[in-house]
Amino acid sequence: MTSRRQFLEVTGAGIGATLLSMAGWAAETTPVQGGTLVANVLPEPAGLVAGINISQPAVVISASIFDGLVRYDKDFKPQPQLAESWTESKDGKTVTFRLRRGVKWHDGQPFTSADVQYSLLEVVKKIHPRGSSTFGKVVAVDTPDDYTVVLRLDGPSVVIWAALFGTETQIVPKHLYAGTNVMANPWNAKPVGTGAFVFKEWVRGSHVILERNPNYWDAGKPHLDKIVFKFIPDAGARAAALENGELHYAVTNPVPESDVDRLRKNPQLVVDTKGWEAPAPMFFVDFNMERPQFKDVRVRRAFAHALDRKALADNIWYGLATPAQGPVPSYQKQFFKPGLPQYEYDPARAEKLLDEAGVKRGADGVRLRINHLVSPYGPVYQRAGEYFRQQLGKVGVEITLVNYDLPTWIRKMYTDYDFDTAAGWYSAYPDPQIGVERRYWSKNIRKGSVSSNACRYASPEMDRIIEAIHDEVNPAKRKALIGDMQTLAQVDVPSINLLELNFYAVYSKRLQGLREGPLRFYSTLADAWLTPANAA
Amino acid sequence: MPGYLFKRLLQMVPVALVIIVMNFFLLKMAPGDMADVIAGEAGAATPEFMAALRQQFGIDQSLPVQFGHYLQKIAVLDLGWSFRANESVLNLILGRLPATALLVVSALAVALVVGTALGAFAALARRRWVDPVVSLLSAIGFATPLFWVGLMLIVLFSVKLGWLPSSGMYDMAASHEGWAHALDVLRHLVLPGLCLSLYYLAVYARLMRASVREVDRLDFVRTATAKGLSRFQVVRRHIVPNAMLSIVTMTGLQFGALLSGSVTIETVFAWPGLGQLALYAVTSRDVNLLLGILLFSSFFVMVVNLLTDLLYSVLDPRIGAAP
Repeated sequence: MTSRRQFLEVTGAGIGATLLSMAGWAAETTPVQGGTLVANVLPEPAGLVAGINISQPAVVISASIFDGLVRYDKDFKPQPQLAESWTESKDGKTVTFRLRRGVKWHDGQPFTSADVQYSLLEVVKKIHPRGSSTFGKVVAVDTPDDYTVVLRLDGPSVVIWAALFGTETQIVPKHLYAGTNVMANPWNAKPVGTGAFVFKEWVRGSHVILERNPNYWDAGKPHLDKIVFKFIPDAGARAAALENGELHYAVTNPVPESDVDRLRKNPQLVVDTKGWEAPAPMFFVDFNMERPQFKDVRVRRAFAHALDRKALADNIWYGLATPAQGPVPSYQKQFFKPGLPQYEYDPARAEKLLDEAGVKRGADGVRLRINHLVSPYGPVYQRAGEYFRQQLGKVGVEITLVNYDLPTWIRKMYTDYDFDTAAGWYSAYPDPQIGVERRYWSKNIRKGSVSSNACRYASPEMDRIIEAIHDEVNPAKRKALIGDMQTLAQVDVPSINLLELNFYAVYSKRLQGLREGPLRFYSTLADAWLTPANAA
Repeated sequence: MPGYLFKRLLQMVPVALVIIVMNFFLLKMAPGDMADVIAGEAGAATPEFMAALRQQFGIDQSLPVQFGHYLQKIAVLDLGWSFRANESVLNLILGRLPATALLVVSALAVALVVGTALGAFAALARRRWVDPVVSLLSAIGFATPLFWVGLMLIVLFSVKLGWLPSSGMYDMAASHEGWAHALDVLRHLVLPGLCLSLYYLAVYARLMRASVREVDRLDFVRTATAKGLSRFQVVRRHIVPNAMLSIVTMTGLQFGALLSGSVTIETVFAWPGLGQLALYAVTSRDVNLLLGILLFSSFFVMVVNLLTDLLYSVLDPRIGAAP
């Protein structure tokens, strides 16, 4: 029998719990003003202006300092940011942006169309490695008045609509950059933007501090008073700082994959694997197509059959990846083509294909001895290399793993082409024309150019498809062409598309108001706020 | 004495030259350069852009030409420009020096005091278990990897107990001033300082133990005891001062090795010092910066060695007088 006292305790606890959850609900809907967010980026970037010092950490910091012409909503549709509205002419050769009035740079100078013109022509088109091809069709930028920008194109271009966000097509202040060496400009280390947060200080080797912009055009925002981006170089120490609440926000895979499960069980923390659908990281293994062993497509297909992508995703990546079906991630529904040719895990089939290609087992059981360049981006890629060696060993291919640090790896892979097979990851980006085609286009076999076509795969048929994608304006026809590209990439396998990676961020449950959508962690923290420490 | 000093300074010149030549060519042998790193971070780069970068950094020229430029600059004590950080190398080094100095000097001081005390205690203790226990502990301290000790300290004192901060040199969110700031830095210093001192401490304890035992057997100690001094006075006035000579040599050497130990500690505890700067220079192939740090630290080692020798000749006049 339940005693009266027990009954009271139970109901009391129940009511308490209800009140608590209501308080929690209220806290999650009404932003709290003020507070300091302590975040982590890694490693320390060379500069803080993402469009000039292009790197992930610079992008994460820059996103809160600089607004772009547009931002993207959760369906990747452009929404007004510095541009209030835009129109495109029928022939697609003129795009007109109307700029927001009254926006000021953090140093008080007005933001005008001249800044946009300068940024597009002198920074994006000249310095940004993707900008020059993304905006390749833009031949001129006119500024009929202070608040109107007109892009003149020599042909319609669909791809620019996937690249207008602030950290890809960055708008920098002309008055601080014009006439200088942009790469060496001292303002790259003390950025002046138009965004929700103002740069305060950068103590090298330690941290960057941003403060609330009281004159932000979006009235009432931002909510936070201050953001501290700390540089914590050791992964174990980062995990510890997240667990004891010193660190609220850490993006771009802040802890090893093997630690993620432990952090998921921590009631104070959120492990978020969404928000990377626009950068769209993909893991692959490239063949060096100039090596005689790989001239025969049956050998390449045999390699693909020897790998169990599901096991790779579940065991090596601890479930933080899903098998890729092609070069375009399957979640990009507007481009992905279902039903592509697949290479299911089938070692017997792999052996049969190798036999047919004349790569027979020798007396010692070895068919082929090759090397494999391991991707230098962290321990998970080393384990992936070991998995690759083990799986191919089973079908008679003896692999020697080659490990280098990042600068050496880049040199070996993209300049010296000194590898038989090589693993790496790349960003597919929100439009395959930005991210995917560069791996397959023969015109992108460019010695010394990172993330170019390192396989040196050249196919006239593929080139025809890719060049047709550039010129096609009709979305349905363009999608069909992009589908053809994916099919041919899977048929020819110059590179084995293995995984769609889930990048992850770890942050405190107290952090609210992150932007939704496929660019979540490359977006401004203008809407972010922290619930009081005791409520969490 | 001035003659001795002059001779020692003269000896440093060829050593410095060898260091400069070796540093330069060794670093240039590493494959990949700063332009590769920048392109790698960006995820893409055109060959034209890479060429422009290399021209800007001055690494498009032939190696002898680059070396000539480097020598010219070094001759006027200009350590060069870090294109990566967009800052002069000297400023970068001087900016990081205080943090490393604070960490290393405090760790060394703690290690020196506690280590020599423990070592002397172990050598002289009457209780038989003291010596093996101290020896065992110092062997463990000597052999345990610093980064592991660091992480364990963080797990215990920051995560489980929540007493001390896990990383950084001060609380950037709070922006303390004056004494509050000093106290804040001290709180941040405890874990990395303790961690780094554990290693030195073990070294000093072992060394002091051995050297006290040796001195204890010498004739003048027996004489001191025979003339009726108490055991405490013998230890304090006769044994410890004479045993300290080897500790002075060791401290000089350890001080020279200032950077190497702190690279690990600074990385684990996100301590913004020279060690981290060196690591950053390596991973970003910032050769100018790395050359600067290496040159700076090798000169530092030479100067500390010189000072140790001078101190030695003050403590033991027979050394300086030798030809």
